[in-house]
Amino acid sequence: MAQVTLQSVEKRFGDTQVLHGISTDIPDGAFVVIVGPSGCGKSTLLRIVAGLETQSNGQILIDGRDVSALEPKDRDIAMVFQNYALYPHMTVRENMAYGLKIRGLPTDQISQRVARAADILQLGPYLDRKPRQLSGGQRQRVAMGRAIVREPKAFLFDEPLSNLDAKLRVQMRVEIKKLQRQLGITSLYVTHDQVEAMTLADRLICMNAGRADQIGSPLDLYTKPSTTFVAGFIGSPAMNLVSATVSDDGVDISFGVERLPLDPIWQESAGRPVIFGIRPEHLVATGDGPIQVSVDLVEALGADTLIYGQTQSGQTLTARLPGSSVVGIGDKIRLTALSGHQHLFDTDTGIRLPSKT
Amino acid sequence: MQRKVIFKGTLLPILLIAPQLAITGVFFFWPAGQALYFSVLEQDMFGTSYQYVGLENFRTVLSDPGYVSSLWTTAVFSVGVTALALVPSLYLAVQVDRVMRGKGLYQTLIVLPYAIAPAVAGVLWLFLFNPTVGSAAWVLRQLGVAWNPILNGDHAMILVVIASAWKQISYNFLFFLAGLQSIPRSVIEAAAIDGASRQRQFWDIIFPLLSPTTFFLIVVNVVYAFFDTFGVIDAVTSGGPAKATEILVYKVYNDGFRSAQFGTSAAQSVILMAIVIALTAIQFRYIERKVHY
Repeated sequence: MAQVTLQSVEKRFGDTQVLHGISTDIPDGAFVVIVGPSGCGKSTLLRIVAGLETQSNGQILIDGRDVSALEPKDRDIAMVFQNYALYPHMTVRENMAYGLKIRGLPTDQISQRVARAADILQLGPYLDRKPRQLSGGQRQRVAMGRAIVREPKAFLFDEPLSNLDAKLRVQMRVEIKKLQRQLGITSLYVTHDQVEAMTLADRLICMNAGRADQIGSPLDLYTKPSTTFVAGFIGSPAMNLVSATVSDDGVDISFGVERLPLDPIWQESAGRPVIFGIRPEHLVATGDGPIQVSVDLVEALGADTLIYGQTQSGQTLTARLPGSSVVGIGDKIRLTALSGHQHLFDTDTGIRLPSKT
Repeated sequence: MQRKVIFKGTLLPILLIAPQLAITGVFFFWPAGQALYFSVLEQDMFGTSYQYVGLENFRTVLSDPGYVSSLWTTAVFSVGVTALALVPSLYLAVQVDRVMRGKGLYQTLIVLPYAIAPAVAGVLWLFLFNPTVGSAAWVLRQLGVAWNPILNGDHAMILVVIASAWKQISYNFLFFLAGLQSIPRSVIEAAAIDGASRQRQFWDIIFPLLSPTTFFLIVVNVVYAFFDTFGVIDAVTSGGPAKATEILVYKVYNDGFRSAQFGTSAAQSVILMAIVIALTAIQFRYIERKVHY
């Protein structure tokens, strides 16, 4: 258990800079998730924390101690890999015990710890099997077990669930969360799956092209995305983002022929072109709604029905309507944007515009 | 994925495999058959008549102390060649696997000796270790070693082992490098995070995972030492001094072509054939089944 601090971590591969100074503080026992699309540098960042890559600049501190120049083995961290990286020639027991054996723990203590981890992860019956005799979910558990027995200062997870099928993924996600709570070990978790990120994280780092666009609680990122990138990445289906103009008095916002009332908190942006953001779940069908959409595609998910359509001025919009809605392709429906859920971003930089609270 | 093309009729398929069959027949089966045939015959002094003698030739061979000592020489030689060809190649492969820049250059340089003919390689080492003109021999003499492979049997053995193993290092290197590259990086990284030093990573993880490659190469190298080193021996020592480097294959040649004892020479070939078959069987049995982990 420890506090992990990143201080303006940079990474360059030759001329390409893949990390542009990432700084954050991971409090003791916190579960921090780094989320972003592939190629955003999130795995590189994790590997730098692990010591598998060297940063070009900046520092990694674990419990206040600068570990930037240390080998992975001297950092006292454990890592769970995407492909599990189990030792194929060792049994489950040997896989879990290996790290302890190297550290020279007495045999009885090793078997005690392995037994406890096997108990927690329900691996008891498989201890003498080789990895190839296990299913994907079981391998995943062994990889977790190998990390747990070490009782490290921090856990690092590199997309640990992406090789599992959808059902198992949800199940393991819940288990990882429970386990982390139970053990209280500081964890840094990398994923490209925003649902995984939202559900697991105490704190979320949303990365875009080597920069941490926003760091905050999952709800912060959802309710107040700081850039159009975060707005589009967090939440599913993605937030609608359309070019719009705020009226000179700041009361209305219009895109094409549509004109709707703007939340008063955006008063400061009066008269300027903006990017208007509204989540699909914050668009409701009302008979007199200001936005008319002709429906291109309908996805009935049971609980909800997703509507993909075009406004009269040709902007694409997605709306999440109640599952009971009866809508067909080609229908014209009228939508209203709920007040209190509107977002404005700068047209050029994509950065969230200032608002009153 | 299996793609089969089925040819109609019998003539075309036969024609298509005929060249390969002809080569196999003329260069493998025919000589092998000849060896089997001559191994049960005895030829008179002038080579004009043959007489069936059953297993007499084999009895002669196996009770010949010269043959037993050649068997021992072969054992020492092949263990030496295999060890000397495997250990440095594994070391080189591990080093090249770690190199980031100029990997291709190192690879090419290390593989280069494989393109050299055995006899040429032999002569090269013969010159290097020649007691009067060799530079390596000069170094040894400066170190106080009374180096003389022409008179000293042990020295001669060391020389042919080095000359034979040298070429083979290239071949083994390639296989070890491929084997190393097929080990997932993350497994080694996991070991690093588990706290394993470079050395432990190698002995606990990499070496066991390389075991299929290693086993394969041991068999290949033993076969090489047994059968493909004729050129080196012939060029460097011709089996001498005092038969100190006369391995089985060379003895077949010596007895058959120099001493014209066709019967016993053929019997020796047949014994060698049996050894090859046994080695091949081991190879197929264990390697095809992938003895891994």
